[in-house]
Amino acid sequence: MTFSPELEARFADLLTHYPPGRQRGALIPMLMYAQDEVGAVTPDLMAELAKRLDISVLQVDEVVGYYSMLHKKPQGKYHIQICTNVACMLRGGAELYEHACKKLGVGHKQTQASGKFSLEEVECIGACSWAPAIQVNYDFHHEVTVSQLDQVLEGLQ
Amino acid sequence: MANMVKLTINDTAVEAPAGTLLIDAAKLAGIEIPAFCYYEGMSLQAACRMCLVEIEKAPKLMAACVVPVGEGMVVRTESPAVVKARKTTLEFLLTNHPLDCPVCDKGGECELQDMVFKYGAGESRFTEVKQHVPEKQWSPVVFYDGPRCILCYRCVRVCNEGMGVGALGIVNRGVAAEIAPSHGDHLECDECGLCIDICPVGALTSGAYRYKTRPWEMEHVGTVCTHCSNGCKTTLGVRNNEIVRGNNRDRSGLNGEFLCVKGRYAFDFNHHPERLQAPLMRINGKLEEVSWARALQAVVEKFKAGGKAGVVGSTRISNEEAFLLQKFARTALKTNNIDHHRSGDVVTLLDSLSGKTATLGNVDDCYNSKAVLIVGADISQQQPFLANQIRANYRHHKAGIYVATSGAVREDKIAKGSVRTTDSEWLAGVESMREKLKGESELLVLFGDSVKGEGVRKLVAFGESLGIPVKYICLVDYANSRGAMDMGLLPDLGPGYHAVEGAPGMTLPQMMAATDLDLLWIVGANPLARHTLASSNAFVVVQDLFLTETAQRADVVLPAASAYEKNGTVTNVTGQVQRLKRGVETVGAKTDLAIIGLIARGMGVNLGKVDADAVFAEIQKTVRGYNVSLPVIVTGGAAQTMPVNGRVASTVLPELIQSSRDTLFTTGTLTRYSKILNEVMEAPGGLYR
Ligand code: SF4
Ligand code: SF4
Ligand code: SF4
Ligand code: FES
Ligand code: FES
Repeated sequence: MTFSPELEARFADLLTHYPPGRQRGALIPMLMYAQDEVGAVTPDLMAELAKRLDISVLQVDEVVGYYSMLHKKPQGKYHIQICTNVACMLRGGAELYEHACKKLGVGHKQTQASGKFSLEEVECIGACSWAPAIQVNYDFHHEVTVSQLDQVLEGLQ
Repeated sequence: MANMVKLTINDTAVEAPAGTLLIDAAKLAGIEIPAFCYYEGMSLQAACRMCLVEIEKAPKLMAACVVPVGEGMVVRTESPAVVKARKTTLEFLLTNHPLDCPVCDKGGECELQDMVFKYGAGESRFTEVKQHVPEKQWSPVVFYDGPRCILCYRCVRVCNEGMGVGALGIVNRGVAAEIAPSHGDHLECDECGLCIDICPVGALTSGAYRYKTRPWEMEHVGTVCTHCSNGCKTTLGVRNNEIVRGNNRDRSGLNGEFLCVKGRYAFDFNHHPERLQAPLMRINGKLEEVSWARALQAVVEKFKAGGKAGVVGSTRISNEEAFLLQKFARTALKTNNIDHHRSGDVVTLLDSLSGKTATLGNVDDCYNSKAVLIVGADISQQQPFLANQIRANYRHHKAGIYVATSGAVREDKIAKGSVRTTDSEWLAGVESMREKLKGESELLVLFGDSVKGEGVRKLVAFGESLGIPVKYICLVDYANSRGAMDMGLLPDLGPGYHAVEGAPGMTLPQMMAATDLDLLWIVGANPLARHTLASSNAFVVVQDLFLTETAQRADVVLPAASAYEKNGTVTNVTGQVQRLKRGVETVGAKTDLAIIGLIARGMGVNLGKVDADAVFAEIQKTVRGYNVSLPVIVTGGAAQTMPVNGRVASTVLPELIQSSRDTLFTTGTLTRYSKILNEVMEAPGGLYR
């Protein structure tokens, strides 16, 4: 499997950040960066990273299954994650989520047929102080109201 | 001596070496702290929370499996908070558990059942619907029932750390978390079944045992695996005179809990429908069933008639049987024409060590030696337990591993030095690692059948020239390959490697090639699988479990008992003597010992008392090196034979030595009759390397 020169450069740099013999520690960031380029954590990608880090594919699979930010299926162009954990729930997270379901016409872990939006109801994303919080790809939006959610979604092309 | 730490557990003063885990310190003091994920000898996991205890001044309950003892610690293991926590932990473990104990293989010996019985609550507050996931079959041997799994990671760790295979993992999280096999939907692994045995619940079950019995309906018989030469102790679970299980959960033998797939599952040859149950005699050219009396009478008549006789013994019969067979051949048939199929040149090794400081190595050395050199053998395939010991030695002690083999081997991955050689040029390969080997402080050398005759002497000379202490293990194939030699199933050497009286007899190939044999007696061997018998007029008597190629040529076939059906002793590859204990009764077959005794009686030959214990007593007295401790053997232990001191004068040609180079899933005739091994070999995917 081949990656872009930029990603290869990033990998090469990343591996220098771990002590000798502990390169497997780079697995999580490698998976994240590669997922951005490839679009999903595909079986090929898992096999490739396993080979590079000298671990088994099963060990890669264990990590992929554990972290909710890693996806084996391609997400929409914009992946909308809405927190409904306690702090956000108390400040309207659940309503945001329901609204998004209706507006986007998809449910939890589903992707629009057009491939533009995918939706996921998530547990705490660490932004409780500014609840309710949502995350669009890597961008956070804080203290979101229903109308702000509409604005955010409409602003995405 | 480590520093001792004083602490109090449940108002009892306890002393334990610094670094001891609380759970072990409590055990030393006779206090049980319940645990699921904690398993002696494996890495710590702290996954189950079953071992929570109260420690004074600690803000919350602590997991006793990961907290080391501290000076002045005050611990309570039965306080109300602890009791409540345990109940809660168990309540959680049962939230999605199917509670199908009545049909679960583990029911009756399940750790979850026991814990709930002892520490659990009578009722659950959970009313949610349980999530069901169908059971999965990962290989002919391994089945996984997800809902029963309590995610203790024992199987994952034992496969990683115990086996060094790493074929299991945990995928997903929360209620969806489950164990996953190495290759998506199936396993490609050693199929050893250790993961199944170590599972505290019935989540992992075996193709061999599942739904066969309730655990309490079995009797348990500790004996020795009859497959390879490593001599693992195995505990047979026997129900209605049928072996339904093999394991070694009591860690009673030299192998601890280890068993390879053959020891754990390939006992099924014993109940194969083609097992011979009655004697066969050639009548009008065809083998027909006859009574024991008639068959024995025919044998006795021919034996009495005399003529040129040849005797072939086996690498699977007991020491007692081998001893008695050669005694019979030499005293009653008055011949030294006795041999067996040799798979390693033990004889030359013993001779070349005579007068040297180098010694024989054993099973423990494989685990403890600072460095190990493997010459000309794929030990992960052919010597599963020794290979496991060596892998563990590498993992636990960072032993230096060196290999010189003709093909790629599993040990390459962990080796400090690894070279490819041919069967004839191995010495050059070994030489190329000389400098590295010299840097080690001691060395254990294991060698296969390509090192024989002069080769053994060269290898010993090479070892001597390194200037470090060296030990040797000559690898052999089968359960009693070593014993067959020690007992004198050799044309030129009697028991204990004493030169025979009179001229040496014919070797096995010579017997096969001779055209003038009148009588050929084959006990538990199948030489006609490799050789043709030139003496077309020879009267052939065969004792065996199955109608092998050799038995098909016989004039009389006497059905023999398997190792699981007899008492006696066997000697493993490193010269350790262990006891066979009868697990099941034979129906039509008899032990080789009994058959030899009956033939002797028919001929009026006095062989002394024909009984395993009596013959063993004679072996102890007369065979060099076998004056071993009886109590050790009788209580199921392994007694080390003493090396033969002094020269061994052998006339035998090294060409005769040939290993069958088995795989992890084969050992000659017996495994051909094992259904489970055949299934494993036919399963998709490859053997783990
Ligand atoms: S059978 Fe043995 S090798 Fe296979 S997964 Fe289980 S422990 Fe690992
Ligand atoms: S399968 Fe058994 S040993 Fe493995 S994690 Fe589940 S309960 Fe533990
Ligand atoms: S290693 Fe050999 S003796 Fe041990 S269980 Fe396997 S076949 Fe039997
Ligand atoms: S609960 Fe929503 S960000 Fe923490
Ligand atoms: S035994 Fe301590 S957490 Fe499992």
